[in-house]
Amino acid sequence: MSDTHVDASRQGSTAILRIHGEITGRSEGPLMAAYAEVGGARSIVLDFGGLEYMNSGGIGLLVTLLVRAQRAGQRLLAVGLSEHYRQILSLTRLDEAIAIHDDERAALAAASA
Amino acid sequence: MTGPRTPAPRDESSWAKPIERLATTATGASADTVTGKRVSGPLQGFGQLWQKTFLIRVPADEHQPEAVVAHWKEHFPTFWPEGATFYAPLSGIQPGEVALLEVPPVPGSPVKMSTGIMVIYADRESFTFMTPEGHALSAWITFSAYCDGDDTVAQAQALERTADPLIELSYLFGANRANDAFWEQTLTNLARSLGVAAPVVETTKVCVDKRRQWKYIRNVRFSPAVHMATSTVMLPVRMVRRRKS
Repeated sequence: MSDTHVDASRQGSTAILRIHGEITGRSEGPLMAAYAEVGGARSIVLDFGGLEYMNSGGIGLLVTLLVRAQRAGQRLLAVGLSEHYRQILSLTRLDEAIAIHDDERAALAAASA
Repeated sequence: MTGPRTPAPRDESSWAKPIERLATTATGASADTVTGKRVSGPLQGFGQLWQKTFLIRVPADEHQPEAVVAHWKEHFPTFWPEGATFYAPLSGIQPGEVALLEVPPVPGSPVKMSTGIMVIYADRESFTFMTPEGHALSAWITFSAYCDGDDTVAQAQALERTADPLIELSYLFGANRANDAFWEQTLTNLARSLGVAAPVVETTKVCVDKRRQWKYIRNVRFSPAVHMATSTVMLPVRMVRRRKS
């Protein structure tokens, strides 16, 4: 069973996915369901403020999400990353494809620019 | 006055720290193809993005997932197919360590490709490798085990793109299948070591992204295909020099 909870919301053409709990290989259901819920958004902000745990299966899932978003012509942005999770995105070079912002306001401004 | 300390995330010790350039403690093969290189994951590769899953099943009452992963880590080099060699780092498969590899470009070839991998994640249930620049693939490969009914499933799952156009071309002409056979043999060897007499490897392949990433066409400057061709052409020259010295 997954310990992942994802809240989806919209602000204009930008979708916000707030992630709570864990991201592991078992999080595909809730993460992709939330992504489907905001289909058609031009940009997607992933809010990692509630993230408690992520393993390498979870990082793989983020790549799958990123590829889907790129195919749909959507930009992916990230906020709420602790120093630890910023380091993981840097280690895996995901930060080259997901724009990291300090807070939601900055991400929304970048998304609408 | 100080505020409450934020507890360290429980995955903190499982992840490697970010590094700019690779270095290794492994010996047995040339580290030149790895030292100073950057890691390169599925986002930095050229070819189509594949998710490949290879798994075996063993009885759960005899082999718990954590024991399978510990066994896999400890004896990892011994499960590789004949002709391929994995030179483990001194401290074993630990986050941040870099191993060296020698693999034949095609099964049975006397010529070997030298490269390596970085262990980016390792815990009691799984471990993940990431390839460096100069590897044929830009990939993450995760090895894990989990319970599924009466079975323990041991699984290798790769998220990979070929690194450059030359390797992508070779994938179209059989290297993709040879890569599958490599992991199927590895899983077979793992299953045998766990007492399975007639292992069955279940393979699933999904092309996650059919597009090729032309912005990474310059990866060809690190291509092992170019490196091997150069080495082969220069072989007689090196032999003459060795005789003279």
